[in-house]
Amino acid sequence: MTDSKPRELTVQVRHQLGRIRLDAHLHVAGGVLALIGPSGSGKTSVLRAISGLLKPDWGYVATDKKVLLDTEQSINLPAEERRVGMLFQDAALFPHMTVAGNIEYGLYPRPRSRSERGDQVTAVLDRFRIGELASAKPRHISGGERQRVALARAVATSPELLLLDEPLSALDSVTKAHVSAELSQWLLELNLPTILVSHDFADVVGLADHVAIIEEGSIVQSGTKDQVLRSPASAFAAAFAGINFFPGEAVPRGGLTEIRGPGKMMLLSTDTLVGPVGAVVHPWDVSLSEQRLESSAMNCLRGPVIQVANIGNSTRVTIGSVPPIVAEITGESVDRLELAPNRVLYASWKAAGTRLVPRALDGARRDLDFV
Amino acid sequence: MEAGTHSTSQELVRGPAASQPARRTVGGTRRFWDVVAAVLTGFATAVLIVFIALPLFAIFGKTSPAVFWEQLRSPVALDALRVSLATSVVALVCIVTLGTPVSYLLGTKRFPGRPIIITLFELPLVLPPAVAGIALFAAFGRFGILGSQLGTLGIQLPFTWVAVVMAQAFVAMPFFVRQATAGFASVDPHLLGVSRTLGAGSARTFFRVAAPLAGPSLSAGAALAWARALGEFGATTLFAGSLQGTTQTLPLAIYGEFSAANMEAALAMGALMVALSGAILAAVKMLRRTTYWK
Repeated sequence: MTDSKPRELTVQVRHQLGRIRLDAHLHVAGGVLALIGPSGSGKTSVLRAISGLLKPDWGYVATDKKVLLDTEQSINLPAEERRVGMLFQDAALFPHMTVAGNIEYGLYPRPRSRSERGDQVTAVLDRFRIGELASAKPRHISGGERQRVALARAVATSPELLLLDEPLSALDSVTKAHVSAELSQWLLELNLPTILVSHDFADVVGLADHVAIIEEGSIVQSGTKDQVLRSPASAFAAAFAGINFFPGEAVPRGGLTEIRGPGKMMLLSTDTLVGPVGAVVHPWDVSLSEQRLESSAMNCLRGPVIQVANIGNSTRVTIGSVPPIVAEITGESVDRLELAPNRVLYASWKAAGTRLVPRALDGARRDLDFV
Repeated sequence: MEAGTHSTSQELVRGPAASQPARRTVGGTRRFWDVVAAVLTGFATAVLIVFIALPLFAIFGKTSPAVFWEQLRSPVALDALRVSLATSVVALVCIVTLGTPVSYLLGTKRFPGRPIIITLFELPLVLPPAVAGIALFAAFGRFGILGSQLGTLGIQLPFTWVAVVMAQAFVAMPFFVRQATAGFASVDPHLLGVSRTLGAGSARTFFRVAAPLAGPSLSAGAALAWARALGEFGATTLFAGSLQGTTQTLPLAIYGEFSAANMEAALAMGALMVALSGAILAAVKMLRRTTYWK
């Protein structure tokens, strides 16, 4: 049983989705891949194509064990034979069945006798610690419990792949943290090729090893989580990572590099790239102060406080400078600065804190549209 | 206060004196029309209630229960009740059997020609029943489009109980299909997709997920269609005639007794139909309110 588990998943899909053209190539080599993109980028359609709910114009979907879809060979397994466990944002439990009924629905391999089915359902309920919910109807249990039941139901089908479509988006932040921790345990234990779709990097950062960014139907970047975090290739990727990303043109100046961008932006970096670049500034490298910090190798932006958000034991502050910048500061700085909306502060960071990544030219043109 | 906030000081001096009478007139006029509207609404409601309720009560109120009972046990009434129940139930079974898959298709899929099919299925709703009857006759009658083919097969439809069923099905089908289509359309498509990924084929998905979730709509549609079939008169008269014990349903028997100036029998059968229709309507209301999995 364990030996027959697939380790890898290859997905190639081309499909016209209304206005946008979906053209995605993904490879999951064991572990969890997070497919992240803004809404309408085609990420859910990728999942639907893998699960067999959408037949793409052209496509190839295969694990290392079997081919699920190959339009060129006219192979197209129906959804019910693909053995794909799918989890939806709204859990999508059958409202007219109890929790036990939902789990029994997809049992695989399907036991012949009723008592055997009952035993298997009980086993799944116990495994997911939802035994006390067995006879409850989905609308009477909490959002977190619903997601747990949905996962239990998917696992009860002995899936060979897992596809999770925004599994945390519909949950409040407290529940989200719980479900997320639980989900990461389960994903580790199940050890199946998994694709996790989200529009919010923060939701999936803890769950995935690899990240692919999809924008307007195309994969614009993929790699390990750290790679994408360290050098996001687009403004979207940088934004979800909570990283400041400023597109611009780099020119050498003295021993440093000067980056000029929209709105008279002028930044300094110790990196030595020339031409179209993205300047990446980690929020934790940015400090906030009431007075301007004077230094030749220092970047400094001035603007009002727009947003303050607590993330664990640090605080993210968005300053409405040109361009806007996010700083991540500690609790004592928060107290010292007396943060309040519209309070004008200086955001400063060292030239060494400005990391430059090259930008593709077409991307550069798109990013600089607003100049 | 209000005048002060948007008046200049000059207006303030004569403002109250000049504007108050005018405002009182505006307010008074408005109140007058409010009262008129309320009175008219109350009157209209009362008129409609009396208009509908009075004839219904009249059916029951004209004669004593004993006479009713006796009249209902007459051969004409018993035959009519039997024919009505038998034909309407057969018509209902046909409607539900054929209408359910069609409604599933119309409710869950988008395809070219769908609006045309929906319009076609709605046509019997607005078509005069007499036209439906003559149309059925033109299609299936002895000299109709299919008449000679049916004739060579030895099948004669007009003036048989099958013709009654066909007339009822023709006019009642839209009531079911409309409700059922809406019911299937309201089933969350996610759930149908989930069912597939859980290993259920389309048949299992239909019977275990789509049909139960559309269940209240299906039952309500079936009840409405049944009520319409029970009450069918015009199409039946033209296409099936009014033969006691074969094609004479309750509405036709009522008309027959009424024409023969047998008022008591007509009223008794009328009362029976009011009771039947009322019970069906109450059932529909209850079904519509139940989403039984809550």
